[in-house]
Amino acid sequence: MIPLLAALSVLQLVSGTVLETYEAVLLRYPALLVLVPVQIGTAGNLASITCSRLTTQLYLGTYEFSASNPALRANAGAVFALAATVFGAVGVAAWAIGLALGGSLALGRVLLISLVSGLCLAVLVVVASVAAVEVSYRVGLNPDDTTIPVVTNLCDIAGVLILFAVVSVVL
Amino acid sequence: MPGHDSARDIYRQALPVISVSLIAGLFAGTILASETMRANIAEVPGLLLLLPAFLATRGGVYGSLGARLSTGLHQGIIEPRFRLDRRLTNAVVASFLNGMTVSVFIAVVTYATLVLFGDGGSLFQLVGVMVVAGFLSAVIMITVLIAVIFLGYRRGLDPDNVIGPVVTTLGDVFGVFFLLVGVAAVGAVS
Repeated sequence: MIPLLAALSVLQLVSGTVLETYEAVLLRYPALLVLVPVQIGTAGNLASITCSRLTTQLYLGTYEFSASNPALRANAGAVFALAATVFGAVGVAAWAIGLALGGSLALGRVLLISLVSGLCLAVLVVVASVAAVEVSYRVGLNPDDTTIPVVTNLCDIAGVLILFAVVSVVL
Repeated sequence: MPGHDSARDIYRQALPVISVSLIAGLFAGTILASETMRANIAEVPGLLLLLPAFLATRGGVYGSLGARLSTGLHQGIIEPRFRLDRRLTNAVVASFLNGMTVSVFIAVVTYATLVLFGDGGSLFQLVGVMVVAGFLSAVIMITVLIAVIFLGYRRGLDPDNVIGPVVTTLGDVFGVFFLLVGVAAVGAVS
């Protein structure tokens, strides 16, 4: 257990380094600090739901690696709809909390950052989940065991990277 | 039928769960963005660096404690009673030790990273903050997890369905809060 947790925390230092690099920006705009834990958590949640569903559908025989597969389309559609809802709400909430804590970032900007990074994240969640299920199935590993830890951690880290990529473009 | 849900069905079922973790994330974010915490971030080098690792390991350590307790309950080798039973004690002690070890490890690796990039920082301070934050979150997470799992199980709730949301929700909120307490505690000592 310890080696796994240790490896995981070293991996998480990648997103830590990004946070540290943007320290001045984060301290100046508290709304962005509010977005950090939300971004990390939601990415992992969406990924674990998608992986878990795709794996079940693989075993039920309703999943097929094809753009016209109804199960795949329904999952991808749901991830995008969830991301749009959640990150829209988060943008408004982070703006309001940031304002209350003495920030000065405009609603439009926070909302733009939250929605754009959230939707990029949705693309990553869908692509990474499908790839993980596909690879793990072909290699002969049970996707129930392998996909969730790999994809959720990847998406948690990517969540922070994407957030700050968008921040550096918007601000 | 599970294999034939439409996008709308999935959306409707997943939204409540995602919303719970979203609200928790916003709470954690509010603590993180509070004036005290921002002052801490500015004063303590490495605090932002260790944040994602610290939060992620909360899920790893206490998620697996929850899963172990749940399996034990289903197998009938752990009883849903609040008393010192050997299996329950073992599971609790193991996750406590895992949590503390990983917290100290994170502090050391963070310090090494800071030194590597020439940012300075204090090993004593980082280890101190992680020991206090790791200890307090271990106490609260273990207590709440056991309480929720046992009380839920007695009422017919399958612990497997409860652990995930409970761990992610509480882990983030208490994780960030206890980091704040840790910085204050270490500041008071030194």
